[in-house]
Amino acid sequence: MIRVVLMLIFFIFCSTSGEIVLTHGMKMVGEPQSFRPGTLLRFLGKALRNGWVWTALPLLAGSFYSLLVLLSWAPLSVVIPATAFNYVVGTLGAKYILNEQVSRKRWMGVAMVSVGVALVLING
Amino acid sequence: MTDQRVRYKTLFMVSLMVVSANLGDLMLKRGMVQIGAVEMSRSGLWRALLSTAHNGTIWLGILFLIGFTLCYMTAVSWADYSYVMPAGAFGYAVQTLLAVVILHEAVSGRRWFGVVLIVMGVLLVGQTHPVTTNQKAVSP
Repeated sequence: MIRVVLMLIFFIFCSTSGEIVLTHGMKMVGEPQSFRPGTLLRFLGKALRNGWVWTALPLLAGSFYSLLVLLSWAPLSVVIPATAFNYVVGTLGAKYILNEQVSRKRWMGVAMVSVGVALVLING
Repeated sequence: MTDQRVRYKTLFMVSLMVVSANLGDLMLKRGMVQIGAVEMSRSGLWRALLSTAHNGTIWLGILFLIGFTLCYMTAVSWADYSYVMPAGAFGYAVQTLLAVVILHEAVSGRRWFGVVLIVMGVLLVGQTHPVTTNQKAVSP
């Protein structure tokens, strides 16, 4: 049981921190100035030269593999709420690490999405 | 850049994300069905690895998933993470609709309730400002 809980914590940490780090890196890169192929290629090149983007990759890979391990260790009824809970943890990270202003309306939306995803996946 | 313009731009990119992720998953599933059940032995896993590397449908799936990642990276380069992330969950609703319309699968009432919650949640998040941090927006 303890190894499942530790792996769940590891999965949620890797998943949310990977996405937050990737977002931080992309904010530093800045948005593409147009959607022309040349500009998009330069944008991609700039993103690939950003250290934060590269830091996100092992974290996201860690979240993918820990999810696979969790699926082999624990029943779906344990793993799926953790997947849905990621939306809440991610929003907390957005508020306190990325300093995004998360309004009450956005929190309500995130909570509804989180419960909705759990219901869809449990029945999927 | 106006709030409305950022909203439309983000909506466009999230739509591309949802389409790419769904098509990617569909292609991976189709490719794995073509390969067949993977044997859980060293030689079985090695054969599965070689088969996936030589399967065009798997590669098409991987290309779509790379497309999803690029769209995600582009969207969060201007919009809030807490805006893009829940909007991406709209894919689960699309998957359910595709399962009913194309695959004629039976969908339980609980799953439909989940879809309704996701759509309402995404609509609520969509009404908030897409950018709330002090970044300098660059007009396309």
